[in-house]
Amino acid sequence: MIALFARYRILLPVLSLTVLLVATFYLQPRAMSYFGVNLLFNLAVPIALATVAQMMVIMVNDIDLSLGAFVSLTACVTATLLNDTPLVGVLVLIALILAYAGIGALIHAFDLPAIVVTLGMSFVWGGLAIMILPSPGGAAPGWIRSVMTVKPPLAPMAVVAAILIAGVTHLVIMRSGIGTILRGVGGNAKSVQRAGWSLIRLKALAYGLAGLFGVLAGMALVGLATSADANIAMRYTLLSIAGVILGGGEFVGGRVSAVGAVIGALTLALAASFLSFMRLSPDWQIGAQGAILILVLTARLMFTRNDKEQG
Amino acid sequence: MMPVFKMALARPWIWSWLAAAAAFLAVMALTQGRGAGELAYAALSFGAFAAIVGLGQMLVITLGPGNVDLSIPATMTLAATLALKVMGSQSGTALVGLCVAVGVGIAAGLANFALIYLLRLPPIIATLAASLVFQSIAIWSNRGLRIKPPAELAGFATGRSFGVPNVALVGVLLSVVVWIVLERAIFGRWLLAAGQNLRAARLAGIPVELVRATTYVSVAVFAAIAGYLLASFSGGAALNMGQEYLLTSIAVVVIGGTSIAGGMSNVPGVWGASLFMFLVVSMLNSYGFGAGVRMMLTGAIIIGIVIAASTRRTRA
Repeated sequence: MIALFARYRILLPVLSLTVLLVATFYLQPRAMSYFGVNLLFNLAVPIALATVAQMMVIMVNDIDLSLGAFVSLTACVTATLLNDTPLVGVLVLIALILAYAGIGALIHAFDLPAIVVTLGMSFVWGGLAIMILPSPGGAAPGWIRSVMTVKPPLAPMAVVAAILIAGVTHLVIMRSGIGTILRGVGGNAKSVQRAGWSLIRLKALAYGLAGLFGVLAGMALVGLATSADANIAMRYTLLSIAGVILGGGEFVGGRVSAVGAVIGALTLALAASFLSFMRLSPDWQIGAQGAILILVLTARLMFTRNDKEQG
Repeated sequence: MMPVFKMALARPWIWSWLAAAAAFLAVMALTQGRGAGELAYAALSFGAFAAIVGLGQMLVITLGPGNVDLSIPATMTLAATLALKVMGSQSGTALVGLCVAVGVGIAAGLANFALIYLLRLPPIIATLAASLVFQSIAIWSNRGLRIKPPAELAGFATGRSFGVPNVALVGVLLSVVVWIVLERAIFGRWLLAAGQNLRAARLAGIPVELVRATTYVSVAVFAAIAGYLLASFSGGAALNMGQEYLLTSIAVVVIGGTSIAGGMSNVPGVWGASLFMFLVVSMLNSYGFGAGVRMMLTGAIIIGIVIAASTRRTRA
């Protein structure tokens, strides 16, 4: 029964992505090529990384409203410090990851509402980004640029990257011992504590992982966009939350899926391309994305209901 | 004297007012007391918009964990856009415009609640998805036009009565209504009960779904009124006019001493926090900080206040 439920959970995100992909290819057959697929999913790579970052926070029953600002900041650091003085850039990025872990510890130590603290942090990250890069500009370090534009055989870079991200996070979160404990913090923090784990360290670890993936998202974004600005990734906050939920994750209980989160991010990115292929007036594109989100979640409701009736 | 002092400190809203006063004094220390009246006037004008949307957000947050309305900016923009379009800068249409704005608010609130109730979506996702649709409707109906508000409405929104900005008077009026409903009416008791324990409230015979529906409609109507006033105040609707109010609405609720866990709300605190949010920016401005530092310090101060409030809570 549990196995069936688990299979249903990942089945629906896969199904919605497939349906959307088939519909896109039907509308625009020329997209069905190595180059076309890469173009469709290119911008999904940073979104997928940001979604995984958000998943780490949702996994421990919190929510991160500062992620968009944080990814913007790391993009700015990548396009300036990491490009001009690589050593300083690396140190700053590491410091940012540690700061994220520190916020997790702070939230736990004072029992603060994560939604408010991350909201405050979004101002802090946004302010730092403006200080580093007051006007749009900077340049992507050459090696990031070449990683993001590499042309692997068989499958385009975007697809390989998505599989890689999904695979690595799946191993870390779903398969490893520490990943199970982390999900346990979301499920029942008290019993994890009784079992002798330090909750404050686990929360710091979850937030630290979120920071790490946030940094990667910023670097990937700069690799694609070749320059940065202080507001480059602001919409990632909401996109990443939607991606986690689309991928079958839930806000409470540590019920998240790493593969699902990446698929959710791909679905969101594809929805934008699909709508422009439909020649929908640009006025309605944002709204249609909202409609797709509602549609997929309605389908999920029907799935889970059926499942409960069978059980 | 001590008991009075202690009692005042026990009120959760006192902290936001103290913080606002401190920010005010910090500006005054720099200008040696010049411009105190102007600063207070500006704080009341701009604080009123934050307070109005904050009141709505407070009601939703009171409903309990997970309840929050992310569609406030989109509702503000949509209500303002449609109201200005209907009014078409003609004089004598201010009331019609207000009715359109409130109507948009009611429709938006019902749409949000329909997604939450019928589709069982978490409110964060439901209001997020709905806000994308609202935004599209606003873009479509606006088409980049900037319609001016009718002259007498613009005059009202930027004017003052008895030396107080009119928008602040509207805000205070709405606050009094919310306070009476929360503290003196049965609906307020129902709302608080639902926020403290939804299941217990339902078993006690409270029509919790009705309470939830009314609350989600209220927050949208408050956002619509704020959008209508803001567009009249600033000479027209813009697509990004509501943007900053998403963060502001949540921040003023929490700084104002309302529990994010729900079941406890605080009207005076929302006002203190709204004034504080404006004053802290003016303070950093007048000390000559750049935009980046200003944002950073604002964030740090918000977090500092939340930490201070939490240590007080655990000691009590």
